[in-house]
Amino acid sequence: MKMKYISEAWLVLLLATVFALALAAVDLAWKDRIEENKRRETIGQIPHLVPGAVTGKKDFVGKVFVYRALDSKGRQVGWVLPAVGQGFADKIELLIGLDSKAEHITGLYVLEQKETPGLGATIVAAQWRKQFAGKPATVPLHVSKAATGENEIQAVTGATISSESVVSIVNEAVGGFRRALEVSGR
Amino acid sequence: MSEDATPLERFIRGIIPENPVYRQLLGLCPTLAVTNNMKAAMTMSGAVLFVLVGANLVVSLIRGLLKPHLRILIFTLTIATFVTIADRFLAAFMYPMSKELGPYVPLIIVNCIIICRCEVCASRQSPAAALGDALGQSLGFALALASIATVREILGSGTWLGIRILPAGWDNWVIMVLPGGAFLTMGLLLGIANWLGTVRRNPKATE
Repeated sequence: MKMKYISEAWLVLLLATVFALALAAVDLAWKDRIEENKRRETIGQIPHLVPGAVTGKKDFVGKVFVYRALDSKGRQVGWVLPAVGQGFADKIELLIGLDSKAEHITGLYVLEQKETPGLGATIVAAQWRKQFAGKPATVPLHVSKAATGENEIQAVTGATISSESVVSIVNEAVGGFRRALEVSGR
Repeated sequence: MSEDATPLERFIRGIIPENPVYRQLLGLCPTLAVTNNMKAAMTMSGAVLFVLVGANLVVSLIRGLLKPHLRILIFTLTIATFVTIADRFLAAFMYPMSKELGPYVPLIIVNCIIICRCEVCASRQSPAAALGDALGQSLGFALALASIATVREILGSGTWLGIRILPAGWDNWVIMVLPGGAFLTMGLLLGIANWLGTVRRNPKATE
């Protein structure tokens, strides 16, 4: 009986292996280029994420990778924190702008997402993202229907899971970053 | 469809007589979603060309080994691989376009034109026939997208392939770049295509 399965499915197994190897090769060849594209876009977004910032510089706080947002004279005016997490369809990559003490969120940008077009993909709209600006970074945010409290985010209509994913990615990244800041004593 | 058509006949058939969008009404999700400008429509057509040619060739080469109940699984596996390559290629070399197309590139996996060609042609025909078929169907798809994108971009933005066509005083028809414009344009063009087809087959039918 077991042999029958193998004799029927060997082609599927073989193709899956060959295709996986091909995709690994593609990833190896183009990964750096894709990362470089994302890095350039990140730097370009920094002025929109942190008020007063013109550029950013890579840094590590503890083990957390972060961009320091700098103004035109090179003074630090905030942080831009890259964050990744699972969305409804695929992983969501975010950039979170924070003020220099990491007490408030100053902006949010969606670097990559593959949510449902017309529903979850609305998380990229400036109209939805702008409600993150000014929210406290000291307490976890949560999704609600009306978004009345100061740490509440209004969900995208018809895309509760995408909205909750974004909020939980933000909470996790900001919480981890604040702990790393405390430990490093900055 | 006759089974002994030459690759060239298959190629020609895909362009107009069996156009995937206007005749078969397949692949309508990208047809509606990415035709608000020519560049996006042409990038999508290029990605579909790559995936369809790749999937048709692989399926045709292994057609003798396919088990009936596992064939759809193998088609999907093959299509998904080529789509992932196309998606990564766009992210590496055409990054802004990759952002603009967003999830519509991975969604080529479920574009029924491709699985339909694998099923009706590539899994039964030689690689040459499968290649002719893939090229013809892709060209037909590209023409359909181009026709819709041309109307939408000119009326909605006053440009074509990013080049200004209408005078600067033109009031853009905002509806044309929104989903509503996609449905209106496609409906009207589909109506015209069907009407022309009826007139050609039977000139008296319209009197």
